[in-house]
Amino acid sequence: MSAESLVAQLKTGLDAPICLTWELTYACNLQCVHCLSSSGQRDDRELSTAEAKRVLDQLRELQVFYINIGGGEPMVRRDFFELVEYSVASGIGVKFSTNGAFIDEEKARRLAAMEYLDIQISLDGVDAVTNDAVRGIGSYDMARRAMDNLAAADFGPFKISVVATRQNVPQLDQFKALADSYGAQLRITRLRPSGRGVDSWDDLHPTNAQQREIYDWLMANGENVLTGDSFFHLNALGPALPGLNMCGAGRVVCLIDPIGDVYACPFVIHDEFRAGNVRDPGGFAKVWKQSDLFTSLREPQSAGACASCGAFDACQGGCMAAKFFTGLPLDGPDPECVIGHGEAQLAQLAAQPVAVSLKPRPAMDHTKPPRQPALT
Amino acid sequence: MSTDLIAHPLLAAALELHPQVALRPEPFGALAYHYGNRRLVFLKHPDMVAVAKALGAHDTFADALAACQIAPARWPSFSKAFASLQESDVVRARIVQEGVG
Repeated sequence: MSAESLVAQLKTGLDAPICLTWELTYACNLQCVHCLSSSGQRDDRELSTAEAKRVLDQLRELQVFYINIGGGEPMVRRDFFELVEYSVASGIGVKFSTNGAFIDEEKARRLAAMEYLDIQISLDGVDAVTNDAVRGIGSYDMARRAMDNLAAADFGPFKISVVATRQNVPQLDQFKALADSYGAQLRITRLRPSGRGVDSWDDLHPTNAQQREIYDWLMANGENVLTGDSFFHLNALGPALPGLNMCGAGRVVCLIDPIGDVYACPFVIHDEFRAGNVRDPGGFAKVWKQSDLFTSLREPQSAGACASCGAFDACQGGCMAAKFFTGLPLDGPDPECVIGHGEAQLAQLAAQPVAVSLKPRPAMDHTKPPRQPALT
Repeated sequence: MSTDLIAHPLLAAALELHPQVALRPEPFGALAYHYGNRRLVFLKHPDMVAVAKALGAHDTFADALAACQIAPARWPSFSKAFASLQESDVVRARIVQEGVG
């Protein structure tokens, strides 16, 4: 079977997801301006420990090999280690994303002692100025301290996870050097206009010239850098980057959010992409296998306005979430289409007086309210 | 002369599925996940899955192919595919204990 026919097969969906992201809580000590889940405050409806374990039982039955745990800041949950240990004991490996705030020396040793556990520390700049502008004051030192603690505890090759922005694209080589200095693996992913990113995307997303820079850099650094397959829209620039080159939403990818809602991917927390809830009868398995949304995502998708573009086979029309939250039609170009079709459409939208109201907003906002000055 | 006509060196090898590999059936064949090196590999045909599962029970890779009724014309492509599975450590050479029993 050729690679192309495999992708065709994957587009009709798998019996269970390959890449399942599970955000354990909306609570977070940080308030990153591009947070894809608008996290900050815990939600009262979040899954209990017992409910979370029932989900893990189902994932084990479905033979999900590993899960990507995120948040919010997952380590905020008191049962974080209990759930991770339960998962690993069930044969489900865990990769978790963290800002590192809670990885002190003792936790680092505890994490280092565990099997089948990968850690991604988020960092969006190689210096405090670049990083903290996005992730908040003190977050750079926090992340570096966690990396130092993991290194001291002999954790092994953890991952440094970078969201590519206009401000940090010039630092790609330095990120690589930083990762190498820890014996860590670098992961670079695409910024989406999701969550609070709806409001920060215009200022943060790479310029078109920088997209070329990212593409060339990824081509040069090859398989040593992870990308979560997130840059396939750049394949219109030349030979394909490593990866499957397809949108996996609802087909090989999905998200379970802290309150148990199941979305097509981590970047589309919006009612339109909500397939069901793990608390529904039949649980996650039924949502994955039978929900109307996922069934429709597994049917052939129309190339729409991109059908006549020679690059469509390479870029696949780009990212569904990026289109959706910038107000573009799903069967048209990606807002960051390297040929410029998306930019032209965004300009048209912006020229219309109603454009702002047409842009969908995320389903929920858990941003902490601003601190009020004390009344005197 | 086509290289296909020369027997692939892997055919005589004793192989086994790596004990840290889990196979999950899928419509196209199976997904193989290696819990050690965290690699996810696609077995792109149900016959590949059958052979992968049979490896440990046969003296050689060729015996496993024959037992799974894989037509000899397909052996070269199976050899290539399993050589690549061996590279990603999904299957590995099995230590055959001589003179036991």
